[in-house]
Amino acid sequence: MIDVEGLTRYYGEKRAISDVSFHVKEGEILGMLGPNAAGKTTTMRILTCFMPPTSGKATIDGYDIFEHSMDVRRITGYLPENPPLYTDMSVTDYLDFVAKLKGIDKTKRKSEVDSVVEKAALGDVQSRIIGKLSKGFKQRVGLAQSLLNNPKIVILDEPTVGLDPKQIIEIRELIKNLRGEHTVILSSHILPEIEQTCERVVIINDGRVVAEDTPENLMIHLKGGERTQLQVEGKEADVKKALKSIKEIKSLETKADQKGIINVMVESEKDIRKMLAKNIVNEGLGLLELSTDRFTLEDIFLHLTTKEEEVA
Amino acid sequence: MKEIFAIFQKELKTSYYSLIAYIVIGLFTAIAGYFFFSQLSYFVEMAFREMMMAQQYRMQPRPMNVNLMLVRPFFGILATISLFFLPIITMRLYSEEKRLGTVELLYTTPITPTQIIIGKFLSGVALYIVLLIPSMLFQVLLFVYGSPEFWPIFSGYLGLILMGSAFIALGLFISTTTENQIISAIGGFALLLILWVIGFSASFAGSTLGSVLSYVSIINHFEDFSQGVIDTSHVAYYLLLISVGIYFSTKMIESVKWRA
Repeated sequence: MIDVEGLTRYYGEKRAISDVSFHVKEGEILGMLGPNAAGKTTTMRILTCFMPPTSGKATIDGYDIFEHSMDVRRITGYLPENPPLYTDMSVTDYLDFVAKLKGIDKTKRKSEVDSVVEKAALGDVQSRIIGKLSKGFKQRVGLAQSLLNNPKIVILDEPTVGLDPKQIIEIRELIKNLRGEHTVILSSHILPEIEQTCERVVIINDGRVVAEDTPENLMIHLKGGERTQLQVEGKEADVKKALKSIKEIKSLETKADQKGIINVMVESEKDIRKMLAKNIVNEGLGLLELSTDRFTLEDIFLHLTTKEEEVA
Repeated sequence: MKEIFAIFQKELKTSYYSLIAYIVIGLFTAIAGYFFFSQLSYFVEMAFREMMMAQQYRMQPRPMNVNLMLVRPFFGILATISLFFLPIITMRLYSEEKRLGTVELLYTTPITPTQIIIGKFLSGVALYIVLLIPSMLFQVLLFVYGSPEFWPIFSGYLGLILMGSAFIALGLFISTTTENQIISAIGGFALLLILWVIGFSASFAGSTLGSVLSYVSIINHFEDFSQGVIDTSHVAYYLLLISVGIYFSTKMIESVKWRA
């Protein structure tokens, strides 16, 4: 559906993105993850024909973004980071205007506007002036605008930034509902958001694609493995001795607190909880707690992006 | 065409809901009304004096020409007030889109820069015509109480609208260069003022340069209109300015896109 091949963009001397490539399948939700100023917005602006790339090419549903810019715009809905709203218009007037820009016929306009008002749950505020709405509603109006004309592709630039937790959850639900009907690209620098909503992730740092995979695969394969935390009663040396025989352990950290309880942190490739418990108990130590936490996307993200910095 | 109309309609709607359009129309009418009143009083006084003279010397009073003494100077005044007020109409035309970030919407929907600019230009012209309507009502009074000639008034308004459209096209260009409405207004005013006064230096600039300067001057082309003459060369001059303004506005928003 979306094929991006070696996109590069310079702002004067400064390189914003360099050789960005990725693919999105039909109906998929792709998350674009990266710190601020990594090049997410630039990539999105190129894909929506807001500005051309310095080099490289991209096609959306077979249309080249440069050669067939108007066709691309017709099938793409875009919500920029700051929703492009006319603050002195009412919600329905605004949506009606955007519908006209998108070339929707007079006969279908009313029903199109009504359907996005419903999708974005704007029914209660549809006759209010946009400037007087809360940030969350403004964001929803922006989202509604991007869904007009039922676009095949929806591109959302940081759709939840600056919202309160309740609003964030609402917007995420709206985005999840787009799955299947639209192909979605979503950018964020907030990790749980990507984990929850996206089927695949592209991690961008310093203008380059650092990784591209499903969130699960990224967690398992890239850095991989399990992290287990234990609380043990006993002596630090005994704990180390007890766990020494387990070959699967990649790293081991112990730390005793004042009450004589030892916090142990174990990293391994496989799930070794059983072995850990057995060895500790066999050594005659008191196992107080055992819990596992997988590497989160956050760890991978930090790992990848800090590694990149070291290279540079 | 539909897209141009969409932009046109949206701009007029925005003006309809915004205070600034009403303030501009109100003040424009008030100032024009003041000048019309003072000019009319002067005319009436002159007519009165003429009657007294005629009575004193026992002869027919000389006929007085309303068009020459009242309508013509009034058009000059309308043109001057337009110079001050039109930059206020054009200042937000494009700068506002930049400030709100709605350019991102315009550039990513299937509408071309030319359509955007023409829609905005036409909305400016429409607002200017609305601005002139009260002054037309003043002139209706002349028809009620006197018998002025119609065609010089018609050509005067045609000239005003052409000149105003040229002002709007140039003001719109300035508006595309900045997201700050104040800079847009001042820049637009300065550009129009330069085009206005550039003819003043024609008399001492030498024959070749002088004729060029007086041709460029925006007000020199207006005088014939207010005298009831519709000269195609003047019409062509204003149409040229309008095209230049629209062309450069379009290029400006295209180039911003490339540089952004």
